[in-house]
Amino acid sequence: MSPTVKLLQGNEACVEGALAAGLRFFAGYPITPSTEIAEALSERLPRVGGRFIQMEDEIASMAAVIGASLTGAKAMTATSGPGFSLKQENLGFAMLTEVPCVVVNVMRGGPSTGLPTSPAQADVMQARWGTHGDHPVIALYPASVPEVYEVTIKAFNLAEKFRTPVILLMDEVIGHMRERIELPDTPPVPVVERQRPTVPKEDYLPYDNSQDVPPLASFGDGYRFHVTGLIHDQKGYPTSAPAKVEALLTRLQNKIQSNLDEILMWETIGMEDAEVAVFAYGATARSAVRAVRIAREQGIKVGLLRPITIWPFPDKLISQYTSQLKALIVAEMNLGQLVDEVERATKGQVPIKRVLQANGELIAPDTILRAVLEVK
Amino acid sequence: MAVRHEVRLSGSGGQGMLLAGIILAEAAILAGKNAVQSQSYGPEARGGASRSEVIISNGEIDYPKVTEPEVFMALTQEAYQKYRHDLGPNALLVVDESLNLGDDLPENVKVVRVPIIASAVETLKRPIVANIIALGVLVGASSIVERKYLEQAVLRRVPRGTEELNQKALELGFQLAAAAVGGNK
Repeated sequence: MSPTVKLLQGNEACVEGALAAGLRFFAGYPITPSTEIAEALSERLPRVGGRFIQMEDEIASMAAVIGASLTGAKAMTATSGPGFSLKQENLGFAMLTEVPCVVVNVMRGGPSTGLPTSPAQADVMQARWGTHGDHPVIALYPASVPEVYEVTIKAFNLAEKFRTPVILLMDEVIGHMRERIELPDTPPVPVVERQRPTVPKEDYLPYDNSQDVPPLASFGDGYRFHVTGLIHDQKGYPTSAPAKVEALLTRLQNKIQSNLDEILMWETIGMEDAEVAVFAYGATARSAVRAVRIAREQGIKVGLLRPITIWPFPDKLISQYTSQLKALIVAEMNLGQLVDEVERATKGQVPIKRVLQANGELIAPDTILRAVLEVK
Repeated sequence: MAVRHEVRLSGSGGQGMLLAGIILAEAAILAGKNAVQSQSYGPEARGGASRSEVIISNGEIDYPKVTEPEVFMALTQEAYQKYRHDLGPNALLVVDESLNLGDDLPENVKVVRVPIIASAVETLKRPIVANIIALGVLVGASSIVERKYLEQAVLRRVPRGTEELNQKALELGFQLAAAAVGGNK
């Protein structure tokens, strides 16, 4: 085994990816099944000149992350369902004030305290609409330990490039399982740094609506500006002037919607000649891959559609195949969340078969295979 | 499809089945194979039934959980009852001698029933190394990874200062396996 080949948990790979992306600040409150992220960073961050703080709760953790990012540090927090609920208010603050950060949610069974040690995928709609108001969101969801590493780096890159929080979702299976991973000396994708202002200090507009993503000055750089959760003008001061409100909210949407090519990521398997497709993500996609392989061995023309970016929802992943499909199976560990998005994206052209399971266990390949055999 | 070797290790929480699974998976990776390790446990830190699963393959591993264990190890009666449901024919069953296996085992199951916990308590005077003895028995009886890689993996994962104790525990496990399997190997 070369020094760079390791057996790591998804949570540990997230830590490696975050550090490779330049993470220098973590604030959090430990919660199963995300705790290993905080645990590892409490040891690793001080060694690279970073800071780790265990805060009094998840609300304060999210606030600390926003503050740290405003000083120029790449910042992250990690939690699970109950903590993700608490972070929503400040998550909205970060979206409106356009503060880059990464928020990890390793999903367990809910609602409420739920099933602390069991997997679920029931926070995927919360990731989209958990905080109130019209807001853009980027949410990524890897399906293997090596992919957690790479997608964590991409999460930081998207956060810094688009000045927005990025939600990194895992489930208990992906967070806790250990897999073989090769850690390269240099990150497999180039690391992006946020754009900083170069204009004279008196000309700086932290919320300049003439560009998708205005540069962000760090506290202490000498660029003075106001940061508020109220709707603000281009200088950051509160406003309720309809034209200014509209300009800001429209730009927030556009900076994401006009860059979908860069934000959307997915994987497909066997879709070239597929007449049936299985749509699955995270750990469920691992079961789906197995079901697809077994069905293929039986001569069934079936393929896999696996979104890695789940928000913004990758409509194109679905729509490009609707004309060739006679059925689409959606498998998820909840009682029906992304399946409605898939249905919308098909525009009613493909019958949908739902394979939904919310019992604290990963959906088994056989369960998906049975659905394939029913619709083929 | 690549051949999958599925292993389930179970016992009570705190018995070190999770660490045993990690070591086995790491041994497979040291041997140049692919491996996935996962676990299932309750909210309690000690007690209850605890399960660690390892899949070893020469190829890609898609589904990360065990569906029909080729090797199933149980150190407690509770874990045996809870996790034996999908044991298939021809599986290798490694259990502590204290277990009552019942009379409804699938056909051709090979049973290695040895004093794992008693050896830790009486021979090594350290109940804590029962998991490493168990690993020695499991690998000795199954040859699922080469012994040298298992030894390397144990040394990488146990706390500093306990290397000698754990090496003794592993050796004891291999001896128990050899005695139980006898001339069949």
